[in-house]
Amino acid sequence: MPRKVHVQTTINGETAEFLCEPRQSVLEVLRDVLYLTGAKEGCNNGNCGACSVILDGRLVNSCLVLGAELEGKSLETIEGLAEPDQLHPIQDAFLENAALQCGICTPGFIVAAKALLDQNPNPTEHEIRYWLAGNLCRCTGYDKIVRAVQDAAKTMSSEVSA
Amino acid sequence: MADKKEYKVVGTRPIRHDGVDKVTGRALYGADFHAVGLLHGRVLRSPHAHARIKSIDTSRAEAHPGVRAVVTAKDFPEVEDKIADLGEGAANLKDLQDNVLAGDKVLYKGHQVAAVAAIDPHTAEEALELIDVEYEVLPPVIKVLDAMQEDAPLLHEAMKTDEMGEKADKPSNIASHFQHKQGDLEKGFAEADVVVEHEYTTETVHQGYIEPHNATALYNADGHLTIWCSTQGAFAVREQVSEILQLPVSKIKVVPMEIGGGFGGKIQVYIKPIAAMLSMKTGKPVKVLMSRADVFEGTGPTPGSYVRVKMGATKDGHITAAEAYLAFEAGAYPGSPVGAAAFCVFSPYKVENGQVDGYDVVVNKPKTAAYRAPGATNAAFAAETVIDEICEKIGMDPLEFRILNSAKQGDIRIDGPPTPHVGFVETVEAAKDHPHYSAPLEGENRGRGVASGYWPNFGMASSVAINVTADGTISLVEGSTDIGGTRAAIAMQAAEVLGIPAESVTPSVVDTDSVGYTAVTGGSRTAFATGYAAYEAAQDVKRQMVERAAKLWEVAPEEVQFADGMFSTVNGKEQEIDFKGLAARLDETGGPIVGRGTANPDQPGPSIGVHVVDVEVDPDTGKIDILRYTATQDAGKAVHPSYVEGQIQGGAVQGIGWALNEEYIYNEKGEMTNASFLDYRIPTCLDLPMIDAVIVEVPNPGHPFGVRGVGETPIIAPPAAIANAVYRAIGVRLKELPMSPGRVLKTMGKI
Ligand code: FES
Ligand code: FES
Repeated sequence: MPRKVHVQTTINGETAEFLCEPRQSVLEVLRDVLYLTGAKEGCNNGNCGACSVILDGRLVNSCLVLGAELEGKSLETIEGLAEPDQLHPIQDAFLENAALQCGICTPGFIVAAKALLDQNPNPTEHEIRYWLAGNLCRCTGYDKIVRAVQDAAKTMSSEVSA
Repeated sequence: MADKKEYKVVGTRPIRHDGVDKVTGRALYGADFHAVGLLHGRVLRSPHAHARIKSIDTSRAEAHPGVRAVVTAKDFPEVEDKIADLGEGAANLKDLQDNVLAGDKVLYKGHQVAAVAAIDPHTAEEALELIDVEYEVLPPVIKVLDAMQEDAPLLHEAMKTDEMGEKADKPSNIASHFQHKQGDLEKGFAEADVVVEHEYTTETVHQGYIEPHNATALYNADGHLTIWCSTQGAFAVREQVSEILQLPVSKIKVVPMEIGGGFGGKIQVYIKPIAAMLSMKTGKPVKVLMSRADVFEGTGPTPGSYVRVKMGATKDGHITAAEAYLAFEAGAYPGSPVGAAAFCVFSPYKVENGQVDGYDVVVNKPKTAAYRAPGATNAAFAAETVIDEICEKIGMDPLEFRILNSAKQGDIRIDGPPTPHVGFVETVEAAKDHPHYSAPLEGENRGRGVASGYWPNFGMASSVAINVTADGTISLVEGSTDIGGTRAAIAMQAAEVLGIPAESVTPSVVDTDSVGYTAVTGGSRTAFATGYAAYEAAQDVKRQMVERAAKLWEVAPEEVQFADGMFSTVNGKEQEIDFKGLAARLDETGGPIVGRGTANPDQPGPSIGVHVVDVEVDPDTGKIDILRYTATQDAGKAVHPSYVEGQIQGGAVQGIGWALNEEYIYNEKGEMTNASFLDYRIPTCLDLPMIDAVIVEVPNPGHPFGVRGVGETPIIAPPAAIANAVYRAIGVRLKELPMSPGRVLKTMGKI
């Protein structure tokens, strides 16, 4: 077995340390080493977005980044979105809009939507669809997901202006 | 009969009970399960589409550091040749075992051959490469019509066709041929002013759930086996594993984890018995996960098919005769959904003279599994486009034609029984009245199409238990895994009976030791049948609560009534107490209350959908764009309308994917060449507009709230509706699925 490497990084605002094999992806580290199983594996080759995380402010597929690359970086995962007593507005919007059926794609969509709204608080429907095209959902037909993101954008921008 | 009624809880849109867990990433799906001392299993798969296994040598793999066990088909106990009912289709258990680990032959690329348990997933993968399998490669047969030829390579040398109940004398890849017949076909066609007949082909497509199959098993020294997994039916897993491994069902506990989609594809077992065998050998918990390629190459797709449909009609639009020939690929073992296809092909319509022939044919592809209204989509693609051409020829509006020919309750179907209570006409009218149908559609290469889809729905067994809690809530225990929000739909039906809000119900999906038998989440049955069981359990609670109120007030139970959430005395003594108040007083009136309900309802009530679509075809590239989409469907009574809409939208989009892009692409060696989400392209949100889901409610007399199952119907109409729209756009009729750009250009004569 290859020798493990020691990695120090920031996950959801807190310092994290772990040992991983050089061949392990961030997705494997999250799920199998740190037991953060919110990011899901749907394809393991960058085609479904179920493993979406935000790495130094950029949306990435965690199955395509190596765990060792997290050294000194900052990672946001689905587990870090909600406050202890309050969901993130995107999470609320997904529930209000019934934007999930089986829910396996949901963490990936919510993280991807957050990355979108962080940089474009008022996206058009087309911008939302374009941005989320890297996330596959087989259950919903996307209608309610797109509406949830539209609603979340509205709530978040009114919170900012209020 | 359930009337169109207004309810307090049924028909509202509460937040689903498992919602917070699912938006925070906390919900535990099968692959998220962890246990101390966990080993990881991986499966070796056949690289060949068709080959004899000459030998398997596992010694190098066993000696690899970190490997704890290797299993092959030799580790199986003997099983009988017997058919088991798996909920959405039956399967022969010997075939099931052979499909789990190949015995003498491999029958498709991806067929499971051996498996390894090791200390981590990568070590297990390394060990797979050290298993030496010697194959004698045989010629494959991939397409249904090729496999039906007399000189086709045989998959099962001993299999003889069941020819309408009689065994044929020669071996063949045709497992069975059946026929339904009604009236006088010749006379029917003679009476027609217009006869249209065409041949259609559809390619193999996959359910495409985002979560790959998974299973963790632990076999204890006391002979008890526990399996944690994502499945559509924990009891169906228990049954299959019991038969495959010859263990009594009472020794197997299946714990259903959250499930990331199934659509019919997570009923058959593949890796669950393997995880169990690896645990038996090691004494440790073993987790086996599939990769995406494993899912495509090794699990149930839905069949490719050849369909021929001939229909005749009079000038004034009456169907006089209809005939269908359906040849379906079963995959490596018999059991395609051709039976359901034969049932559905002309079901929406009254056909007095009809004949349907069905052929179940094995080919060197994965054994097919159920996929949302299995078989019906293939059949409707043919029948619904033939109807469109008839309408064009006689100059009749296609929705008017459907209203005119709709089968009414009691009309005899081609397969014999009478048509049950259906809401077809109401659903067509909803499509006709929708602004979409009358909106102008301008621009070149654009067209509008319609089609309908029929699915009978299923009932089957469900069990529910309800515990009354002192704070006035109830906990509801059920066995239907929740793929699309059914916890909410089931809880709401109990809440309705007890006059409490949906939020006062805590529903749990539990393991096979903790609830009565419950059939699979499939056949669009869960909100209907498990909902029915919840209704019964709530009635049981209500009855017991009435007794408690009577005790409290020292009156006879007959003197207590329950309405609008209030228990009260009938005889003017003016005592009343609400559910919550009475729940707080159970201790003083006799102790806890547990309600139970079981159901096996036999009137699921078919659900029919009518879809309207606008497309634009790019004449240079052949690409079809969906401009606007409206789907109407009879839900009987929508318990939670948001999730009913979700089913309609999701099903429609799966149908759109099937229509436009999705297919297994094979090379001449019979190998699937596109086993990834990059090359097997399912629709993304960028490919689609909003999907307007219109719920029609024609109450089902077979359910206390009038519910009909809704999950499967919406996938049926899209390919035909889109093909009809494409014809209006560019004047050519596509008769092959998918209508990919290449096929469109070919049909247009451009390449
Ligand atoms: S699992 Fe990473 S993109 Fe699919
Ligand atoms: S909700 Fe099931 S895949 Fe999106």
